[in-house]
Amino acid sequence: MTGINVDAESRPFWDGIAEGELRLQRCRDCARAVFYPRVFCPHCFGGRLDWFTATGAGTVYSYTVAHRAPGEFAGQVPFVVALVDLDEGVRMLTRILGAGPGDVRIDARVRLDVARLGDAEDSPELPCFRVVEAA
Amino acid sequence: MSPRRRAAVVGVAESALGRTPEHTVLTQQATAAGAALAEAGLGRDDVDALFVAGGWSWSPAVVLSEYLGLRPAYLDGTNIGGSSFEAHVGHATAAIEAGLIDVALITYGSTQRSDRSRMAPRPATLTEQFERPFGLPQPVGAYALAATRYLHEYGARPEQLAEVAVSARRWAALNPKAFHREPLTVDDVLASPMICEPLHKLDCCLVTDGGGAIVVAAEDRWADVATRPVVVLGHAETTTHNSITNMPDLTVTGAARSGPAAMGMAGVGHDDLDVLEIYDSFTITVLLTLESLGFCKPGEAGDFVDGGRTAPGGALPMNTNGGGLSYTHPGMYGIFLLIEATRQLRHDYHSGDHGDHGDHDDHDTAPAGGQRQVSGAELALVHGTGGVLSSTSTVVLGRS
Ligand SMILES: [Zn+2]
Repeated sequence: MTGINVDAESRPFWDGIAEGELRLQRCRDCARAVFYPRVFCPHCFGGRLDWFTATGAGTVYSYTVAHRAPGEFAGQVPFVVALVDLDEGVRMLTRILGAGPGDVRIDARVRLDVARLGDAEDSPELPCFRVVEAA
Repeated sequence: MSPRRRAAVVGVAESALGRTPEHTVLTQQATAAGAALAEAGLGRDDVDALFVAGGWSWSPAVVLSEYLGLRPAYLDGTNIGGSSFEAHVGHATAAIEAGLIDVALITYGSTQRSDRSRMAPRPATLTEQFERPFGLPQPVGAYALAATRYLHEYGARPEQLAEVAVSARRWAALNPKAFHREPLTVDDVLASPMICEPLHKLDCCLVTDGGGAIVVAAEDRWADVATRPVVVLGHAETTTHNSITNMPDLTVTGAARSGPAAMGMAGVGHDDLDVLEIYDSFTITVLLTLESLGFCKPGEAGDFVDGGRTAPGGALPMNTNGGGLSYTHPGMYGIFLLIEATRQLRHDYHSGDHGDHGDHDDHDTAPAGGQRQVSGAELALVHGTGGVLSSTSTVVLGRS
């Protein structure tokens, strides 16, 4: 089972997911959003980052449909993995729920849907997305 | 300013390739190292620097030093993925220029095909916790994300990706050591099983065992060596991201930086190059790299490789051993790009001519007919890509 090793830096993010919220950081110096969590802003190297809750809305930048997958994911094919540009200006890798081959296009609008991908009890809740408006 | 003390590749060798259950990563690297040194006419005790990449030990350079009985004065375990070996050549060249070392040995070995071992799932740590739980097959899934975006932005077609694999196979047909040599068509590639859209099985590199070694020597030693030295004229490396999520533009690789830097150091332009050895982990890797290196404009690489331009007999021979797609790909392929470029620049493949160096043992490549030799090859560009388009390193080599 691919668990997640939640650490001191990522805990606020995963705590947010458990509450159905997508929490990101914003840099006080350059005002840009930051993901994944860091102690320094990757844009300006500022060291003052504040947590905030994102809207959960985004746009598909790219995607692939996996027809083969290793281990625990083998039984889930075909499934769609996408890179989503959140409206706040950061990019995330994610799973598009309820979608198969031909269902997702670049520029489709998507919305956060926290879900478990595996059946196991320890399967983590993850920030997945669903298409809300086709491209 | 005094002229730079130059460095050259003076010996290259592969170990056994394909499926090699009789080998370990140590025996592969040792046999390749022995063959590369023998070709150069040098001995183990001439080596004063060791460069090793790989993830098979806590410190491959230290483990291999002990195994070979080496006590190097200079150690480099730089591991930036499949492009590590081009970086090693660059680092060795810099150390030679600085007068720190005279003879560097660079090695690689892998038994990934024979191992067939799958690591037990472990929790996703550090930055991988934001990607791995979504189940994207790696590395193919990351390259597929780049390919989808590339096709979308430029209206390129899967047939143009497939053409890269077809050209590689035509070169492989001329290489007795290639894993796959039977003819291949664009339709074959498109009919092969879909792995991660839009990449089919035959858009993906092989999974083989294998190893290789390269000897780089300072120009003071060239008179002693048994081969025609192949001079390192330029080198550069960079990284743009680790995970595919953080690649700034999925259609532009670090080649856009390391390529011009290496070519600038060498003082060569695109039209000067006679042969290209470009890392082909996947067909998309080659198209993105050709564009990022500046051989054509963004979106035009499909047209660039069309009509066999990079195939045998084409205007710009590329991946003349069959590449990672058809020749061999033991996890990290970069060392084989350098081995092939060196042999091309020595004109090793001229019919009826084994080159101007000593006897070949069975680890060396027999001449495969004149077609594989790029006629009059003087300058080669070697470009490695590591991770998921994450790191690149470029080397320009010249016939001495
Ligand atoms: Zn900032």
